[in-house]
Amino acid sequence: MGLFSSATAAVEAALAAGARYADARVMLRRYESMSARNGEIEDLTRDEDAGIGVRALVGSSWGFHAVPELGDEEARAAGRAATAIAKASALVAGPALELVPAEARQDTWNGPCLTDPFAVPLSEKGDLLVEATKIMKENGADQAEALYQIWEQHSWFVSSAGHRIEQKVTKSGGGISATAVGEHETQRRSYPCYRGQYGTAGWELVDALDLRAHAARVASEARELLTAPECPSTTTDLILGGEQMALQIHESVGHAIELDRILGWEAAFAGTSWLDLAKLGELQYGSELMNITIDPTLPGALGSFGYDDEGTPAARRDAVRDGIWVGVLAGRDSAAMAGLDYAGSVRSEGWQRLPMVRMTNVGLEPGPHTLEEIIAATDDGVMMETNRSWSIDDKRLNFQFGTEIGWEIKNGRQGRILRNPTYTGIGPLFWRSMDMLSSESVAWGTPNCGKGQPGQTGHTGHPAAPARFRNVRVGVRA
Amino acid sequence: MTELVERVLGLVGGRGEADVVADRTNLELTRFANSFIHQNVSDSGTRLRLRVHVDGRTATGTTTRTDSESLAAFVEQTIAQAKVCPPDPGWPGLAGPAPLPSAGNSDPETVSAGPDARARQVRAFVDAAGGLVTAGYCRTVGQQVTYGSTAGQLVTGTSSSAAMDAIARAVSGADGVARWSGVSLSGLDGARLGAIAAAKARASEGATELEPGRYEVVLEPAAVLDVLGFLSSYGFNGKAVAEGRSFLRPGERQFDPSITLADDPEDPEAVGLPFDVEGTPKRRLELVTAGVSQGPIHDRRTAYAAGAGATSTGHGNEESSRWGPAAANLLLEPGTTPAKAVGGPVASDAVGGLVGGVERGLLVTDFWYTRVLDPRSVAVTGLTRNGVWLIEDGVITRPVRNMRFTQSYPEALAPGSVLGIGSEAVSLPLNWALGTVRAPALRLASWNFTGGASG
Repeated sequence: MGLFSSATAAVEAALAAGARYADARVMLRRYESMSARNGEIEDLTRDEDAGIGVRALVGSSWGFHAVPELGDEEARAAGRAATAIAKASALVAGPALELVPAEARQDTWNGPCLTDPFAVPLSEKGDLLVEATKIMKENGADQAEALYQIWEQHSWFVSSAGHRIEQKVTKSGGGISATAVGEHETQRRSYPCYRGQYGTAGWELVDALDLRAHAARVASEARELLTAPECPSTTTDLILGGEQMALQIHESVGHAIELDRILGWEAAFAGTSWLDLAKLGELQYGSELMNITIDPTLPGALGSFGYDDEGTPAARRDAVRDGIWVGVLAGRDSAAMAGLDYAGSVRSEGWQRLPMVRMTNVGLEPGPHTLEEIIAATDDGVMMETNRSWSIDDKRLNFQFGTEIGWEIKNGRQGRILRNPTYTGIGPLFWRSMDMLSSESVAWGTPNCGKGQPGQTGHTGHPAAPARFRNVRVGVRA
Repeated sequence: MTELVERVLGLVGGRGEADVVADRTNLELTRFANSFIHQNVSDSGTRLRLRVHVDGRTATGTTTRTDSESLAAFVEQTIAQAKVCPPDPGWPGLAGPAPLPSAGNSDPETVSAGPDARARQVRAFVDAAGGLVTAGYCRTVGQQVTYGSTAGQLVTGTSSSAAMDAIARAVSGADGVARWSGVSLSGLDGARLGAIAAAKARASEGATELEPGRYEVVLEPAAVLDVLGFLSSYGFNGKAVAEGRSFLRPGERQFDPSITLADDPEDPEAVGLPFDVEGTPKRRLELVTAGVSQGPIHDRRTAYAAGAGATSTGHGNEESSRWGPAAANLLLEPGTTPAKAVGGPVASDAVGGLVGGVERGLLVTDFWYTRVLDPRSVAVTGLTRNGVWLIEDGVITRPVRNMRFTQSYPEALAPGSVLGIGSEAVSLPLNWALGTVRAPALRLASWNFTGGASG
């Protein structure tokens, strides 16, 4: 039975108050994080919350209301409040609004989790972080940091169209970072990436990372970076490691294909998109090696689920095929407004926030090469790995990324380390210059994707592999 | 709320040190795009945060479940969690009883404002934009928070805020923006903001590319907000200082003598609570006095670690054990550059006073997607947004397209680099937190633009 009754009460009350459609999400959530610094635990937090969020549609206007109380009476009040808000929205109403169909499923879905991360003793988890930071400290780190985060979200979704869906998703991940402090700057190295790697998985994901085994290396690399030569300011061939490719995909493809941005719904804050719907199906986004999929069905990836927050079942879809833009991330209302017939990418941070168009797993299909082959085929270039900074314009065109480390590539060989590597470019020009792509794909998880007002933090996945891009401007400095 | 806090402290009993924050926040936000309301949300509820220190070990937990059974389980779980944690040698102890400077700035009408009131402000903004496409939000927030601890501190504060932040978009796609933030919704004039945004959008039409390079700039208050935020969080953060990641050298003239920067929660227009998450009262604190850097901001933990008599400056927050203390009411003191009308809708008279002195430079409305390349030098990359104009011989001559920059923020405000400070500090809303920044416009000698945004 779970908490379907509260969600049902909310939906019924919203309809009785005048809504023509309503849905409600009851959620119980748990979150735990621990961080260590220089051999000591720095922070341990365990959060839990429970609540219901109700969405009501009156005419073409939406309203949303959320409360942390789960009784049927509180749920009914929330449903009525959502409808009242929708009626207020009608003071500045938009065009007629329909929703693309979503089959009314009654289902239960559980994400993968072999080892319950909340059941792993805190002492064991703390020992891991403390030991990893001690090793980094012993190997030259001025600041040695380690972190894990785990989430559990149990939800009950009901809609006036007949959906009744229960889902339970567990997510885990973590990582380590070493910072070396120089006279005028700091240098950082992280494993497997800054703030860590995450997925829909249990503690087995953190175990597999083997954080202790990489601690000495990242510390010594951070110290070595302080005296390494600067990345040259030039235009050259650029090889990106898989984790940096994941963020490149996230920022310059994932956000650009969000339909709400394309329609202008995020114009004042997150921004719009350079993509024009009139060119869907024909626009050359990148080279023929570029095949981007939207795939929330990927087992273990951070953006995976059974159903999105509108009750649309997870399904794989092409976003870019052979370099041509063919698909978007859409919701039931945005898709209808754009004349498309699919949704499935609407998610909320939790019960207290409005579901909106979000990335799921947006990734690049693997290519035919290996990283070794890519390096061997490069006469003169720079290889960059592990994101350090990211910035992109409000149309998702002009980007500048910095990474923690770079290497000179000369005559097909990986040479000396370079510090402060950065590169900049324009999305479609950059993607069209991709001429080699590795088969060594990893589904990287991004647990800190910000969007929306009030702000929401989303969890997204990005399968990615190392790749080479031609004639890229690198070494941009202050 | 006081009863709830006392109940939780009672459940902890004498088993350790503990502090509790009970936070009841009503957040309501009406969002519009393409000139209609497309997202309209509200949420309300009580959230509890409990921190316990037992046998030298510390743990923190939060919950929204406040029925008796859930509350008892929450307390037991948090204590049990602390007992199995590694020791916490940096525990600074709890704040003792201390009076508040005030109960906070709160307007009951704003706290109870409904969706109709916000929708009317949106209607006014849209109508005043004269047919241009509009997008943005109108927000009201009411907050009541009680803090209590086993050390005897027990305080309650309230806060309200209202804000509007919206753009108008001209046919060419050029955006103009207008913003307002205050304690009371009654101070908001959506029609005035809509007219400003529309006029700026029209004045931005026909923008052309400009060669990248170093330009003298006049930064509007919103762009200054970005600079102040980075200086505060990367430079004046007591944790960053302790870890050697900050540029800060207290007592040295690291900034131009015209710069006086404070965190001023005692300002009558300040949004936020009069105490921090550790129960420490917040007071006005200068970070820079006439160009001279002052001591960093602290929570109790960073103050304890700093030693030498350092005390919390009331800047603890829920994330400060990991990211360090943070200021939420930054105020850059206005300057003495006299206001001057420059004609046209682009610049207010306070901004115009700065523009009038520029031989060749750029007027920048906003910075966007700014990220730190190096925390020590606060070298930042980002882009301009919502309008850039070329200034020639003290006159705004034409709009230019957005540009990317890579610039060290402290260097931009270094001695000799600040050529003028506007005479009016404007209150601006924050996107990711409740608080305000009050900033005037700034005229700076040099800003490093590294490329055009459109390539």
